[in-house]
Amino acid sequence: MTYLAKPKFHHPGLPKNELGYTHRDYEGTVSTLCAGCGHDSITGAIIQACFELAIEPHRVAKISGIGCSSKTPTYFLGNSHGFNSVHGRMPSVLTGANLANRDLIYLGVSGDGDSASIGLGQFAHCLRRGVNMTYIVENNGVYGLTKGQFSATADRGSKSKRGVINTDNSIDMVAMALQLGATFVARSFSGDKQQLVPIIKAAIAHKGAAFLDVISPCVAFNNHAGSTKSFDFVREHNEAVNRLDFISTRMPIELQQEPGTVEIVEQHDGSKVALRKLDADYEVHDRAAALGFLQHHAAKGQIVTGLLFVEKESEDLHAHLHTVDKPLNALGTKDLCPGSAALDAFNASMR
Amino acid sequence: MPTATPLSRVNDFVVRFANVNGSGSASANEMFARAILRMGIPVAPRNIFPSNIQGLPTWYEVRVTEDGHLGARGGTDLMVAMNPQTFDKDIASIEPGGYLLYDSTKPYPPSKFRDDITVIGVPLTAICNREYTDPRQRQLFKNIIYIGVLTALLELDVAAVEQLIAEQYKGKDKLIGPNVKALHIGRDYAILNLAHPIGLRLRKTDKVGDKIFVEGNSAAALGAVYGGATVCAWYPITPSSSLADAFTKWCAKYRVDPETRRAKYAIVQAEDELASIGMVIGAAWNGARSFTATSGPGISLMQEFIGLAYFAEIPAVIFNVQRAGPSTGMPTRTQQCDLISCAYASHGDTKHVMIFPENPAEAFEMGAMAFDLADRLQTPVFVMLDLEIGMNHHLCRPFQWDDSRTYDRGKVMTYEELEAGKDFGRYLDVDGDGIPYRTYPGTHPTKGSFFTRGTSRDRYAKYTEEGGPYVDNMQRLLRKFETAKDIVPKPLIANAAKPSKYGVIYFGSTAPAMDEAIHMIEARGHGLDRMRLRGFPFHSSVNSFVADHDFVFVVEQNRDAQLRSLIVNECGIDPVRLVPILHFDGTPITARYIAKAIGDHLDQMTMKPAKVTS
Repeated sequence: MTYLAKPKFHHPGLPKNELGYTHRDYEGTVSTLCAGCGHDSITGAIIQACFELAIEPHRVAKISGIGCSSKTPTYFLGNSHGFNSVHGRMPSVLTGANLANRDLIYLGVSGDGDSASIGLGQFAHCLRRGVNMTYIVENNGVYGLTKGQFSATADRGSKSKRGVINTDNSIDMVAMALQLGATFVARSFSGDKQQLVPIIKAAIAHKGAAFLDVISPCVAFNNHAGSTKSFDFVREHNEAVNRLDFISTRMPIELQQEPGTVEIVEQHDGSKVALRKLDADYEVHDRAAALGFLQHHAAKGQIVTGLLFVEKESEDLHAHLHTVDKPLNALGTKDLCPGSAALDAFNASMR
Repeated sequence: MPTATPLSRVNDFVVRFANVNGSGSASANEMFARAILRMGIPVAPRNIFPSNIQGLPTWYEVRVTEDGHLGARGGTDLMVAMNPQTFDKDIASIEPGGYLLYDSTKPYPPSKFRDDITVIGVPLTAICNREYTDPRQRQLFKNIIYIGVLTALLELDVAAVEQLIAEQYKGKDKLIGPNVKALHIGRDYAILNLAHPIGLRLRKTDKVGDKIFVEGNSAAALGAVYGGATVCAWYPITPSSSLADAFTKWCAKYRVDPETRRAKYAIVQAEDELASIGMVIGAAWNGARSFTATSGPGISLMQEFIGLAYFAEIPAVIFNVQRAGPSTGMPTRTQQCDLISCAYASHGDTKHVMIFPENPAEAFEMGAMAFDLADRLQTPVFVMLDLEIGMNHHLCRPFQWDDSRTYDRGKVMTYEELEAGKDFGRYLDVDGDGIPYRTYPGTHPTKGSFFTRGTSRDRYAKYTEEGGPYVDNMQRLLRKFETAKDIVPKPLIANAAKPSKYGVIYFGSTAPAMDEAIHMIEARGHGLDRMRLRGFPFHSSVNSFVADHDFVFVVEQNRDAQLRSLIVNECGIDPVRLVPILHFDGTPITARYIAKAIGDHLDQMTMKPAKVTS
C-alpha cells in the first residue's frame, strides 16, 4: 500500500465516548503493512480499547523498536507522540520516558524479532523493573521486513516460506514474562478481537509491567503449510483459558469465567477462529500455576490465550524508586537546584 | 653516605607510596596528602592502581608543590616502598639524592639499594607483630605507622593527621584511639631511631587559600545535580562508575523532598550501556534532563543510539571518563583517546558536541552547562573527562553558582503557543539557526504531536524517503552544528611575554602540566602562545590562532593525534602546521615530558648553523 494521508472527513453520526471523542480520534495514518496483516488487526484492537477506555489520545506515549510491528504506532492515536526507536531497544526508551513523566500512559509495541532476539535483554529487564506500561509483542515468528527469516519465537520444526526447517527451539515470551516478574501477563490472537480488546484495556489500566503476546500471522511470509504461526495452524491449536470483561472504573480486574461455550470469531479476512470454551478452574493470580499451565499445554502443541496472570497489588518502578508524584519533567530550577548556599557548604566540606 | 647529595627541598617534592592493592593503604595515603593541605601547602595526589581488587601493585603519589603546579611532575623524591613485588622498580624510580623508606623487618642485602639515595629502614612488620595480634590490624595499622614515621621525617603536622583521623572515623569513635596510637608508634620510632628531619621538609604556609580538594567525577556529578538532571541511567565501568555513585549520593543529599522524603530524581543501573543511553534518550524525549556516565567501551556500545539521538534531535548528556584503549586496553589508566569516536559517533554523517573540562571546578561547571547545551541544541553532548580528572583528588577553585540562573530548556513549544496557532513543524528551521522547536509528549490534545524516528522525514516529521527533504534535513543539522560553535565554551588564549611565532593547543587534563611546562620552555628561551580548547565544534578563533603562528604544537594523550586530526578535518588546516606532541602510556602527561618534547623541537627550529671557517 502507498503512504496515504487519511481523509479528515468522517460521518457526523459516529458514536462518541464519554470524552466526546469518536473512534476516528484514535486512529492514525493509513497502514503501509500488507493487506490482511495481523498487525493491522491489533492496531484496530488498540484503537477500540483506547476509545472504550475514553483515554485522551495525547496522554498516550507510543514507543516501538524496528520492524513491521514497530511501524504500527503510526497507524493509531494520531494525536499522540510516538517514538520509533532502534531495533530491540524499545524497552529502554520507554523506561526512560516513563521515568520522565509518570502521568502518561505508555504503550510499547514490538515484534518477535525485536523483542525475542536482539531485544531479549531489554525485554527481560524492563519487565523485572516493573515499568508501568503495556508491552505488546505482535508475534508472527518471522522477520517480515527482511523477507521471511525465522525469528526466535518460530517453533522448532516449522517450515519457512523458502522451505527451510527451523531446528532451533523457540522462545516463549509469555513464559519468560511470568518468570521475570511481570505483574500482568496475557496472550491473545490478532484475529480474536473480542478477546484482545478487553485484554488491552485491562493491561492499560494495570499499574505495573503488563505484557501481552499477540499471535499475529504474517500473510506474506508465514501463512503457509508447515508454519506454526499461520492462520490455519493457530485456529486449529488455540486454547483460550478465559474471557474477561474489563471494568472501566480501573478497579481491580474481575473475571467472568463462563465454562462450556465455544466462541466462533470472525477475523478481518473473513475466516473464523474457534476458541475453546473457558477454563473454569483457571486461577489467574497464581504465577507458578500459570507457568505450569502454559507449559503443560505447550507440550501438547496448544496455544494458550487469555489473561494468564495478574498480580492483585502490583507496584511499578516509580514506587520502587520512591519518586515524587509530580512528573520529573515538570520540576523546574527551584525544585531541582540546591543553590549557592548549599554550594558554599559543599565547598567548606571539601577543604 | 650516598654518592649524590641528598635532596634538600621545602614544600616542593614528590612522595610515592608503593603498596599492594587491597592492603588498605589508600585511606592512610590520602590522609597524608590531606594533612599537608591542612598545613596550607598545595598538593597534587594521584592514585595509580591496577584493574583488579587484590594483590597487584598500586601506587599513590603525592606531589607537594608550594608553587601550585598541579600536573604530574614525574620522578620520585621519597619512595615509601611497601611492596616487595615492585621493590627493585620502585628503587630505580627514585631521583638521584632521593630517599627510600622501607620495611626493614627482613634485611635486604646492600646490593638491593642504590648508593646515590638515602635508605631509611623501619621494621614495620616487626613493630606491628609486636603491637597487634589480629592479622588485619597488623596490615592496616602498618599503613598508619609509616604515616607516623613521615610526620617526623618530613615535619608533617601530627595534629593535622590526628584531626583527620578524628574526621574520618566520626561515628566510629572506637577506631579513633587505636589509629592515633598507631600514628604515634611510628612517629616515636622515627624520633628515637632515625635521623630526622630529612632533606625534604614541610613548612606551614598559606598557599591553599580557599581552594577545595575534590575528585572530578564527584564534581561532575554535582554539576549534574545543579544542572537539573533528574534521570540517570548508567552501567558500571571504570573509571566512570564513581560519577554515578556520586550522583546518587548528591541526590540523596540535595534532591529529596523534605516533606514526603521522596526522590526528585530517578537513577537506574541499567543492564548494559545500550539500555542506559536508551533510557537517557527516552527520558530526554519526554522532557527530563537525563544523562549517563561511561567510558570508551561504553561509547562503542552506544553508537547506534547516539546516531538516533543526533538524527532525531534529542538532548542527551554523556559523561565520558576516558581510559586507555582500545578494547579493554588499560582500564585503570588515563588517556584522551575517545575524541574521534565521540565526535563522529555512530554511522552515517554525524557530528557531536563535546566539552572539555580541565579540572573538577570545570567538571562541575560544564557538568551543569551540558544540560543547557543539550536542551538548547537538541543533540547529544559529551562531557569529555578522563581518569586523571575523574578519579583523582585535585586542588581547584571553589565551585560557584549564580542563584539568578534558570535552566535553558531551549525551544520547547508550550500548550499556550500551540493554542495560539503557532506553526509547529518539528523540523522547521524557524529561526535560521538550524534548531527546530519541539514539544513534550502530552502537551496538547490536538496540536504539536509528532512521530520521532530514525528514518528520514520531512520538516513536519512525516516519514519520507524523498532525497530532497533528506538533504534539507541533513543541511539543517549542519547549520545547527555551526550555531553550536558560538554556544560551546570558547577556547582560552594566553600569549607569551613576547610575540611568538609558535603556539600550542591542548585541552582537558593536560592543562595543569602545560601551565608548568610553559615556564620550563620559557626557561629554555622560547616563547609560546597557548590555546586551551574547551569545546567542539571548534570556535573560529582556532583557525585564526593557527594562522597567526608559523606552526602550532598540539599536545594530547593518545597515539594517533586525534585532536590534531579533528582540527585538520573540521578547520581545514594544513596538517604540516600542526606538530603532534603525544603521550599515551596511561600515566598522566607531565610538565617535564611536554617541556622536553616542545623545547627540543624549538631548539632545533631556532638553532643557528655554525660558521664555517676555511
